[in-house]
Amino acid sequence: MLGLLHSLEIAVGATILGLLIGTWGAYSKLYGGPVVRDLFAVYTTVVRAVPELVLILLLYYAGTDLINQVLAAMGYQRVDISGLVAGIAVLGFVQGAYSTEVIRGAILAIPQGQIEAARAFGMSPGLLLRRITLPAMLPFAIPGLANLWLIATKDTALLAVVGFFELTLATRQAAGVTKAYLVFFLAAGVLYLCVTLISNFLLGRAEKWARRGMPSIKEAR
Amino acid sequence: MANEAAIINTAARASLWLQPHRIVLILIAFGLVASAAYFMRWDWLPQYWKMGLVGIWRALWILAVTCTLGFMIAVPVGLAQAAGSIWVAAPAKVFCTIIRGTPLLLQLWLLYYGLGSLFPQYPWIRESWMWPYLRQAWPYGVLALTLSFAGYEGEVMRGAFAGVPKGQLEAARAFGMSRWKIFRRIWLPQAFYRALPTLTGETVLQLKSTPLVATISVIDIFAVSSKVRQDTYLTYEPLLLLALIYMAITGILVFAFSRIEARIPVKIG
Repeated sequence: MLGLLHSLEIAVGATILGLLIGTWGAYSKLYGGPVVRDLFAVYTTVVRAVPELVLILLLYYAGTDLINQVLAAMGYQRVDISGLVAGIAVLGFVQGAYSTEVIRGAILAIPQGQIEAARAFGMSPGLLLRRITLPAMLPFAIPGLANLWLIATKDTALLAVVGFFELTLATRQAAGVTKAYLVFFLAAGVLYLCVTLISNFLLGRAEKWARRGMPSIKEAR
Repeated sequence: MANEAAIINTAARASLWLQPHRIVLILIAFGLVASAAYFMRWDWLPQYWKMGLVGIWRALWILAVTCTLGFMIAVPVGLAQAAGSIWVAAPAKVFCTIIRGTPLLLQLWLLYYGLGSLFPQYPWIRESWMWPYLRQAWPYGVLALTLSFAGYEGEVMRGAFAGVPKGQLEAARAFGMSRWKIFRRIWLPQAFYRALPTLTGETVLQLKSTPLVATISVIDIFAVSSKVRQDTYLTYEPLLLLALIYMAITGILVFAFSRIEARIPVKIG
């Protein structure tokens, strides 16, 4: 049960971090200068082409090592980075690449006139982002982001490989102690499934809410 | 004339690629690669490259087998959901939901540790011809990856089957084709064309889940890099090379699929 809690904590943290990176990345990719645009293109391509497991190993070891070296160079003591923070950071970094693409597509799907109208009103870019772009892109982005959230919950299982105590690793240890492998793995599967089904339901509600006032897809066809 | 246009076209494309800031970025990237090659330790490469090639081959082999088998399962699963009666559609739906709702790592461990620990309890399994296979790790890896691919792809195929215009099927029926012939000549090809772009993505995803089999002691390229890391106490070099290898495979896959996609007539339906 503690494992499930840890899994959920990481998934939530990683999704939020991923969303922040994603919004920033999408904005940079759409409106940024040529260098920033290319850098983000490299980031999304590389992260999406390399297996999550390899990335997690690479970032988990490299990231903690790098931070410790920087701290040592600046004269601080080495810190022990908790698995939770490292896990969130690593998965958030991976999620950021995927959500960049989702959000970029969603922003492109907003009718151009809406953004132009807001500009014509003299809105500052921050206000424009908060009042127009984010709410208007939400209905287009939610299906993709919902997928990402489900992937995030399942990617937390990969952190078991680097020895972080979450649901899958907890299951394996419990199963190893009691020798009842099948029972424990099935139970963990049911737990994951419950998380998925519940979030499916909630995300469906959220999408309906974000789409309020828009013509339904069925009628448009 | 056409030749000239082609030359201009490639020249324009080249100049698009070689804008000043891009040249600088490319130079920086080359510098990074060169410094990595120079400052990091690569002396373990001659000792391990043969093993690495075997590992790459095994990963590709697993990818090919699981994708083919998974697609073969996905077609009936998708068809059952798109057109079957509720008695067929409901189990297919449940199958897809379960596969897509649980992590692949968990499925893999469930099959390997769970089922794998059940089998030895029954003597008749130990005596049967399957035992030499069931004792190894790779059948479980292949089975888990196949089922996972079938689950994800089944959902895609459901959408693809449902997306084929009704008129096409009605026209085929009006020609007096048998049901099997309609399926083989009209329904499946059109659904396949529709699913192809998604299929590319799914195959790349499948490639990225092959390293998971290393956790149940199948020696693929990922396991080779872990072994190098254990033997030489190097952290980054094997992982970086591994990431590069996967990127290369992904690039080749995407390129191959885009060639296949280009051969298919765009206007369908």
